[in-house]
Parts: sequence; structure tokens; C-alpha cells
Amino acid sequence: MTRKDWGLLLLLIVVGGVTALLNPRFLSAVNLLDMANLIGLFGIFSLGEGLVVITGGIDLSVGSMFSLLGVIFIDLLVNRGMPWPLAILAIIVGGVVLGALQGLLVTKAKLQPFVVTLCGLLIYRGAARYYTTDATMGFGYTDDFDWLGWLASGRSWGIPHPFILLILVAVVMGVLLHRSVFGRYLFAIGRNEEAARFSGIRTEAIITGAYIISGGLAGLATICLVFYTNSVSPSSFGNFYELYAIAAAVLGGCSLRGGEGSIIGIVLGTALLQVLQNLVNILGIPSSLNFAVMGSVILIGVLADQPFIRRAIPSIRSLRSGASASKPTRAVP
Amino acid sequence: MSPPPLLSLVGISKSYAGVKALEDVSLTVEAGTVLGLIGENGAGKSTLMKILGGVVQPDAGSIVVDGVAHSTMTVADAARSGIAFVHQELTVLDNLDVAANIFLGREPVAGGPLRLVRTRRMHDLARPLLERLGADFGPETSVSRLLIAQRQLVEIARALSVDARVIIMDEPTSSLTLQETDRLLQVIAELRASGVSVIYISHRLHEVKLCADRVVCLRDGRIAGELPHDEIDHNAMIRLMIGRELRSLYTPPRTPPGGELCVIDRVVTSAFPDRHISLSVHRGEILGLAGLVGSGRTSLARALFGVDPILSGEVRLAGERVEVRSPRAAIAQGIYLVPEDRKGQGLILDMPLSENISLASLRRFASFNLVNRDAETTTARAQQVSLRIKTPNVAVHAATLSGGNQQKVVLAKWLSMAPRLIIFDEPTRGIDVGAKGEIYTLMRALADDGVAIVMISSDMEEVIGVSDRVAVMHEGEISGILDRIDFSELNVLRLAIGQPAEHLESVS
Repeated sequence: MTRKDWGLLLLLIVVGGVTALLNPRFLSAVNLLDMANLIGLFGIFSLGEGLVVITGGIDLSVGSMFSLLGVIFIDLLVNRGMPWPLAILAIIVGGVVLGALQGLLVTKAKLQPFVVTLCGLLIYRGAARYYTTDATMGFGYTDDFDWLGWLASGRSWGIPHPFILLILVAVVMGVLLHRSVFGRYLFAIGRNEEAARFSGIRTEAIITGAYIISGGLAGLATICLVFYTNSVSPSSFGNFYELYAIAAAVLGGCSLRGGEGSIIGIVLGTALLQVLQNLVNILGIPSSLNFAVMGSVILIGVLADQPFIRRAIPSIRSLRSGASASKPTRAVP
Repeated sequence: MSPPPLLSLVGISKSYAGVKALEDVSLTVEAGTVLGLIGENGAGKSTLMKILGGVVQPDAGSIVVDGVAHSTMTVADAARSGIAFVHQELTVLDNLDVAANIFLGREPVAGGPLRLVRTRRMHDLARPLLERLGADFGPETSVSRLLIAQRQLVEIARALSVDARVIIMDEPTSSLTLQETDRLLQVIAELRASGVSVIYISHRLHEVKLCADRVVCLRDGRIAGELPHDEIDHNAMIRLMIGRELRSLYTPPRTPPGGELCVIDRVVTSAFPDRHISLSVHRGEILGLAGLVGSGRTSLARALFGVDPILSGEVRLAGERVEVRSPRAAIAQGIYLVPEDRKGQGLILDMPLSENISLASLRRFASFNLVNRDAETTTARAQQVSLRIKTPNVAVHAATLSGGNQQKVVLAKWLSMAPRLIIFDEPTRGIDVGAKGEIYTLMRALADDGVAIVMISSDMEEVIGVSDRVAVMHEGEISGILDRIDFSELNVLRLAIGQPAEHLESVS
């Protein structure tokens, strides 16, 4: 864990601790497991978003992707009678294809990631609404999909499946990002794309890879989300979820300039966001303030990581520098 | 009695985290003189200039301008006192035109609170400044279309526009061609004649010799010595800088260079679509590639390394035609580039040394695509020792190293692989004398191992002192190739400006 990750964990504990003091119900098993479920749902696609952010890009399209893939998923299962393993595969492949398309537009057509994925956001949402003529799609009254529903949003030993899935995905992504050649290349490209290219790295392929993974994880998340809500209304399903993902990545130490971030950080960032949502409910804060609370905490978190603040708070600094990768000071010229 | 100096520094000391960067440094600048400031990197020149510019506050000592002593100086004080900088790394904005850059932040305005910029007036004000500097471009030219040397003139014009009386130039010629350097030296002479003083910081001693009225040398944060005008000469300056005589740069190859390794046959690059280049590089030789900046040297290097396309012609390596469509393809052939822009293209500054060194050959450190960090660190340590990279450990970020050590890291990246042809583009730009020597030794050792080396350089001392042969480029073509017997500053210069050299043995 890096210094930033420890700082975030500390913030999470402090926020959680204060909430628990104000309302002990926060720590009840029911509440914690509900939160774990949401952390799982949001964490899966936030990890994909994190990879894209590390390349110096951004993916604004995931929320709309849920909507488009979600209606297709229900359509395949309910109306077209596709076997569920095939349907799941189709949705994940669908996410991969959309991600690849966006990645190619960014790398080959040299368009800005913001523009490409903003267009994705609009197009996918529109396509989803057209596909269902704006009608909400659900599973109806059949219990054919109970087993699949249990798999995607049920619990084992009390632990919500999305959370278990997140842990699995996080482990795989952690190895991929922090131990593999691909991950090293991602960081190298995010920090200095030209130098990476001059070192013989196929930068375009690697960047496209990040968008593909983001799309694939969005596909995976779609399946869990569909069974979480049990229906998809294409105009609202997944709205703003890309912003949750970006917020989690930024809170988790990813710089929008690229080249920084960690899987553990993104998971902790997602957790903090869900704790904040929960805190608003459990402390009786008007739920209209939900976004305002989230925005304020992100702002404070990002501010606290600024060099001038870190210098002003030596105690936090010493605590954080206990971790291995402390930032070296610049040499005196 | 002589008039009081325009500017003097008295007993300046400065420490960073207990390390003395400057100790009791005093120097004076008289009006209308050029002070040459020399010293190896890390000698304290930059710190001293930052203090003068108000960016850094000294621990002790004072700065006297026009007889007024300042114990601290802010950036605003410095500007008000007429101290201006022309930075090593240029700070002009290339989305604006020349006049807008000159008057940035001080635009003539009209329209009261609307503060509308009076563009025409700005151009009229800029024009005489540019004329005074002999600029061949107008105030309405977009900076993005200017060469580095021209951008530098914009910076100098900016200094003149605030009536600067002392202009500090930090390595102003490091990216200029020979011709442009000459013109800059003329500009400096004219500035001096009009009463402006210049502090000229450079590693290029012959330039210092040409323009300075007096030379001050810093070594390890102290004044190592001072040379009056009559005593400024190459050896004296080098003695002051390093405290010993510099041995001759040239080390002959251990064995005579072998046959042709790389043949460049009628290659056309995108920079000069109507010119072609033919050149061959031998196994075990250092081929110097001289010429003015913009003569096509870097374009050739970029084409050979697969960054820019080769429009026609072919490249043969050991007799076989090679296609280099990307840096990756070039690297696969053993063609490596040590780029001119070390920080932008050679290194990833915010990555540890070990990761920089392994970046190009990372797959060799990986099994099942997972990086073996121990092997990576071991290789990095071995390279650190063999290249004598000065660093506490290989986990520090490349940004924290000095220029010379950064260059060694770029080299280390390639040396852990199998080089056949290495192109060095300005390998010692901004690197101090000691580290320069080490880079030359490394280049020679590589050549002796059978690697063919192309060294692009604008530093005449380096071109003549290090190369076994020199090819000179002029406007996209090879204008001549010199063997050591014909090496002379004059010959290189003549070829670079498109005239024939004397006693030429071969012209392609």
C-alpha cells in the first residue's frame, strides 16, 4: 500500500468512526452488508475506470453502457430465450466491443478521450431508449431467473455476491496493474507517453487495452446491477454512475493527468463514497444534500493530498511516509 | 576611481537541507560588461542566479543594486531592479504571436475597465526591439512558427522591453546552431555596447571566451577563481572548473573500425521531401553528425528510429534491408536512440531508476507476464555500478538525478539489451564537464565492442574531439564527410553552411 492508500484508509476509518459514534446502527450487520453489496456493485466498474484514468484518459460512457447492455441482457434472456451463460458472455463481449471501439477512436483517430466517451454516453443512452421505445424492461413474474438472480445479487455466508466478485476482480486487477508488464506499461504511458513509445512500447495497443478492460468490467457490472434493481428503465438506469467511478478513482489516488493510482486505492475510494451515502441516510441528513456531502469530502480529500497542505500537517505526513514508496524530494540543483 | 558596479553580490551563502549550495560568494557586474559564469553542474550557478532573480532567498549576504543593499529580494524587486532572465528552457508561449509574448502581462490597453489589448500599438512597440536584435521575423509572427534561436530572440526582446540592465543567459546556445550562436554573440556585443550587462552562463567555453569581459568560476559553491579579459583561455577556464588539466578528448578506437554496418541509401525523410541522404556507418566507429539545427540531423535520427516515416530509399543493417515503421521495430533490430530531449523522450521522470532501465526490455524480466522485481533491481544495480550512476539507490525517481546521471540512465536502458547501432542526439547537452568525459568513455567502449555509433552534436569541441569521422549536413543533405585528418572547426563550419571544405577527401 502506498502513502496515499494509507491516508485514504485513515479517512475511511475516521468517517466511519464518527458516524458510528453518532449512530451505532451504522455498525449493525444489516447496514454493513448492505454497504458491502453497494461497494461491490460500484467497485467493479470503478476499477476499469481507474485503468483508463491511469493512462491519462477518462471514460464517461459507463453509465449509459449499463443502460444499453442492461436492456439487451433482459431482452436476450426474457424475449429471446438465450441460455443465461451465453447471455452473460454476450453482455461482457458487448462491453469489450464498445470499449475497444472507444479505445481505437482515442488511439487511432487521435480524438480526445473526453469527447469520445461523451459521445458514447449520449449514443448508448439514446440507443437503449430507442431499443425499448423508452419502456422499462423487467423479468416479469416468471421465476425462471431466480437462480441467476441469486448468483448475481444473492448472498453466501451472509456476504453479498457483488462484494465477493469485487474482491476477485480486485485481486486479478491488482496483479495486472501492479505486477504485470501491462500494468507497468500503463503507468509509463500515463506519466510520459512519448518516452514510453521511444522505449518500444506499443502505446496505442496498451491504451486501447485499458478501454477494453473498462468496457468488459462495465459489462460484468451490468449483470449485477440488473439483478440489483430487477428492471431497467433505459432513461435512468446507471445515470451518473460514470461520475461515481471517476470520483472513486480520484479519491483512490488516481490523477486525471495520468500515471498514478492503485487498485486498493480505488476500492477504498468506492468504499468511502458508499459510506458517505450511507451516512447521509443514517444520520438523518436531508437526502437532497447527498451529492453535496460527497463532493465536499472528495474536495477535502484531494486538497489534503496537495503538497502545500501536506507540508502544513507533518503528523499526517509522517504517518503516511511510513509506507514504502514515499515520494523523494527533488535534488538541489 | 571607477564608477560603482551596477550590481554586486556580497558574501552570499545558501544551504539546502544542510548541504551548502553556496558559501560566501561575492561578485560584481559593471554596467555594459559581459560576465562569463562557468562551473560544473552542481557548482552553484543555478542557485546563485535564482537568488539574483528573487526566486530563492539567501541564508546570508546581500545583493547591492545601484548602491542599495537588499538582504532579501523578491521576484518583483529583481524585475524592478532591471534584472531579466533568458532561460535555458525557453518560456515563450507558442500559441501567441511575437509581440504578445514580448508584452505578456504588460499589454498596452485601451477602453478603460474593459482593458482591451491594443494589438496594433503592441506590434509597433515590438518592432524596434526586434530590429535592434536583427530579428528576421515581425512582431505579428506566430511563435509556433519560430525556430528555437528565434524564440530566444523573443525572450531577449522581452527583457529589453522592460529596460533590463542585466540580462542573465543560462546556457543560451545549448540548442542553437553554430550560425545562430554567432548571431547571438553579436547580439550580446550590441547589448553591451548599449550599456546592458550580461551574465553569460555556459559550458561552451569557446563562446565564453568570445564574449566575456571577465570570467568567474564557481566550484562546489565557492568562487574558484576569476579571470580578467586578457587571461581568458580555454585551459585556464578548465583548470578553474575542475582543478586539473582536461586530458585530450579523443580516444582512438582499440582496433580500426570494421566494415559497413548500417547503410543509409537515398533515404528521404518527411522534413525534406525533396532531398535524399546516403551515408554509411561502420562497425566500431563513432560517426559525428554535425550541421546547423534544422539541417535534418534529428529528422534523420527520428526516421532511423521509426518515429517519423521514411518516404523512400532504404536502410540496410549488416547487408539486410530493415523496415523501421515504429520505435518498436527499430529496437527489435538493435537500433537505439538516445534522444536530445532527455526528459521528454528518454526518461519517465516520475518512475524509479530501476523501472526506467528495464522499460525497453521489460519482457525479459517477466515470466507469465509478471515482472520479476528482484531481477529488475539486480540489473539496475549492475548498470548503476558499471555506468557509475550517482544515486543513493535505484528506487529513487529519475527526476532527482543530475543531467549527466539521467543520461546514463537512458544509456543503461539500452545497454542491458543488444545494441547494433546507437544514435546519440546531443548526448551531453546541459551536462557538466566531468560527466561529459564519462559519457565519451562509454561511447568509445561501446564502439570498441562493435557497436556503430552516430553522434549528433552541435558542440564543436565534441564533434571534433570524439568522432572518428564527421558527416556534416546542410539543408537536408550530407554536404560532406571528413576524416580525422581533415577535422577542423573551419571545415565543419564551411560544410555546415554549404561551402566545400578544404582538403576534402570524400564528398557524397
